[in-house]
Amino acid sequence: MKLPKARAAKRKRMAVLLLAMIGLGTAAALTLTAFDDHLVFFRTPTDVATHKAPLDRQMRIGGLVEEGSLERVAGSTEVRFRVTDLEHAVPVVYRGVLPDLFREGQGVVANGKLASNGVFTASEVLARHDENYMPPEVAEALKRSGRWQHTEPPGAKN
Amino acid sequence: MNWHRFASPSNFKRLSARIFPWAAGGAALCLGYGLYQALFVSPPDYQQGQSVRIMYIHVPAAWMAMFVYANLAFAGAATLVWRHPLAEVAGRAIAPVGAAFTFLCLATGSLWGKPMWGTWWEWDARLTSVLILFFVYLAYMALNNAFDDATRGARASAVLALVGAVNLPIIKFSVDWWNTLHQPASVMRLDGPAIHPSMLWPLLAMAVGYTLLFVVLALVRIQAELIERRLGALVQARLSAGHAQ
Repeated sequence: MKLPKARAAKRKRMAVLLLAMIGLGTAAALTLTAFDDHLVFFRTPTDVATHKAPLDRQMRIGGLVEEGSLERVAGSTEVRFRVTDLEHAVPVVYRGVLPDLFREGQGVVANGKLASNGVFTASEVLARHDENYMPPEVAEALKRSGRWQHTEPPGAKN
Repeated sequence: MNWHRFASPSNFKRLSARIFPWAAGGAALCLGYGLYQALFVSPPDYQQGQSVRIMYIHVPAAWMAMFVYANLAFAGAATLVWRHPLAEVAGRAIAPVGAAFTFLCLATGSLWGKPMWGTWWEWDARLTSVLILFFVYLAYMALNNAFDDATRGARASAVLALVGAVNLPIIKFSVDWWNTLHQPASVMRLDGPAIHPSMLWPLLAMAVGYTLLFVVLALVRIQAELIERRLGALVQARLSAGHAQ
């Protein structure tokens, strides 16, 4: 009689464990959904265009450095460029040191404030790279054969 | 199949003695080959240049941080549901190994982040959730040691290990669910790896090497823990025999 009882106890503990894990998972999912807005590292230019990004408050915007938009102001470290998610773009002004990976067409995250005139003044600029890794020769060959895919703007899911 | 026979310490001893030389030899081979390929043979990245070589240390460490944690959670479930004594020992033995892999992941990630992104650390969802994983490992070790009775410590920390398991899918999918500074997955993604084969193979060799290294460390630490417990029981028996006289 002892064995079935032990087995029943094990099954019961298993059931309690499964229920607890389901409950915990649901709680975690609900919490994360509720805080969804605060868990994003940066806003996209589309967020800015649709007024989902706060004005005059410290925040980050992310996207790609628009091709042909980079201007360096002569005699200073000031740079101007546009951050785009290929739907909308935000002009950015930044004065300071840029990371090595920073270049046109590259992913970027800028931390700063959006003024009411739509210009984003950045106090920090971080480079972001995509998930593709390849030797330079392969990248060259892809570009030559026209099979090069444009970098996806970060945060352009859904 | 009767899994219980693997749970008895004497069977474990026999099994681990058979596995150990293969795992140790395999780990040495894979890590040696992988490191040589990663540091000397594999090409630089088209964007990142030579810095990409940090990937071969960083990425397998991140995988192991999560894989070891999955093992820890499984050991926790086995401790609570089946009351396996070996699961208790295993959880206690592998937690510091997992914490070490997590630390390696965080440290190499930080060293990689500075030249590539321009920052040592940012509070994005991926980085933060891995930091939480590290803290959960530390909390597990502290809680496991907080009781005089080893079994009570094992059960309390097993609950913590299972609660912390919620973090694993969050780490994995953080880069898909939210905007993060960290890029999305390159290898474990639905439409195949986004890494050129000349970089992927060294990476996979390193991953196999890390996994075998984990097996080796786990076997040694479980053995040591079993011996320690046996010693403790003998001392206890000697003491109570002394009292009885």
